[in-house]
Amino acid sequence: MRYKAIVINGKDNVATALTPLASGTRIAVEIQGRDESILLYSDIPTGHKFALQNMAEGDLVIKYGEPIGQCTTKISRGEYVHIHNVTSRPKEGEI
Amino acid sequence: MTTFEGYVRADGKAGTRNYVLIIPSVGCSQGAAQAIARGIKGAVFIPNTLGCGQIGEDRAIVKRTLTGFGTHPNVFSVLIVGNGCEQLSADELGRAIASTGKHVEVILIQDMGTRKAVSLGRRIVREMCADAAKLMRKPIPVSELILGTECGGSDYTSGLASNPAVGVASDLLVADGGTVILSETPELIGAEHLVARRAITPETAQQILKAVAWWERQSFMAGQNIREGNPSPGNIAGGLTTLEEKSLGCIYKGGSGPLEEVVSYASRPTRKGLVYMDTPAHDIEQLTGMVAGGSQIVVFTTGRGTPIGSPIVPVIKITANSNTYRTMRDNMDMDVSSILLGNEKIREAGKRIFQEIISVASGKPVKAEKLGNRDFCIFTMNINI
Repeated sequence: MRYKAIVINGKDNVATALTPLASGTRIAVEIQGRDESILLYSDIPTGHKFALQNMAEGDLVIKYGEPIGQCTTKISRGEYVHIHNVTSRPKEGEI
Repeated sequence: MTTFEGYVRADGKAGTRNYVLIIPSVGCSQGAAQAIARGIKGAVFIPNTLGCGQIGEDRAIVKRTLTGFGTHPNVFSVLIVGNGCEQLSADELGRAIASTGKHVEVILIQDMGTRKAVSLGRRIVREMCADAAKLMRKPIPVSELILGTECGGSDYTSGLASNPAVGVASDLLVADGGTVILSETPELIGAEHLVARRAITPETAQQILKAVAWWERQSFMAGQNIREGNPSPGNIAGGLTTLEEKSLGCIYKGGSGPLEEVVSYASRPTRKGLVYMDTPAHDIEQLTGMVAGGSQIVVFTTGRGTPIGSPIVPVIKITANSNTYRTMRDNMDMDVSSILLGNEKIREAGKRIFQEIISVASGKPVKAEKLGNRDFCIFTMNINI
């Protein structure tokens, strides 16, 4: 297994685990054709996401090259990204 | 310029297959149409149950769909088998199809009874098939292809691997000047604003939002709120955080290009590039709509597995679930589980899919064709009278 996590689109700021990943390990991911090593700050179950870069509250979480939600708190590179720190973004015109 | 080996038609369109098509213009003549096609190589019939009793917009949809099949570039010539008193008359359908320069014959059961109709029909179809067999494949630019994209029986592997890989193939076809149809509007819910943002005009963006609103209203009237409880607790446990993420996992198979146009069910795109067709998520109704809209080849991603095929168009089945590929080897055409095993990049798998699209467009049979899975179902909105 060359990659244990997948980045779907070059614009993405999250990766998805292909296997259970343990906190404290370094994971190789391919970002825009370059291999990068990310130190994990949380355990990540298979199919769940972790951050590829530091994000601030209100920043957009990008997967498939599109915003899938908004950070409700600061998220660090290597941290678990899920419903505890991301929420659906209100559509334009709804706020 | 990438090319495939296809059939050139009188109207300049390009086919990936070369069928003689038998269309029952009404459900009543479906049995005769089936009997006519039986055992004749190169002849197929469509199991149409409609053509009488549809009102308003539904009548137009049925006519458009049957006409779309008759005028389809994968069809060499057409025999229409009517009963005689149906609302969508065989002659009306015949005229619409013949306008593309195709050879069309019409027979009516009420003129002669089933036995005579079948024996006459078989004689006509045998001659048509002999003519069809003389036509040879020629190199044609892939810009003539309209690729239909579909997913069904999805699981976690669909959004993570097979749909993104198909998305790469879609982008490659669009880059080569081809057309990709994205459809199944109920699956858009939650990410419709993201798709609308990719539309090339504000009108096209509005059409996407309107299509989603229509499906949402229909579901709501039937007692279902699609947004509520979605993503489901099971989705969340599987790693999906928002409805946008869930829907994008499906939509991404259309690739990342700008949205050129929105067309109604079974209508032909007028633009190249990424086109949206407003269809249900019902697999066979969706497939039927895209084929009627002129799609000559379809890629179908699945996690759990699906056997469906089209009467006139090859449907390439792609899964990233290695168990499904093993269990349903006689149904699955491509295995892209290597992405999830970390052994193949999405981009590489997408290039493989693009190559397979060209091979299949050039005549390589898919599993659904080998099995003879020829599913057909027209989407309608209202009651049949």
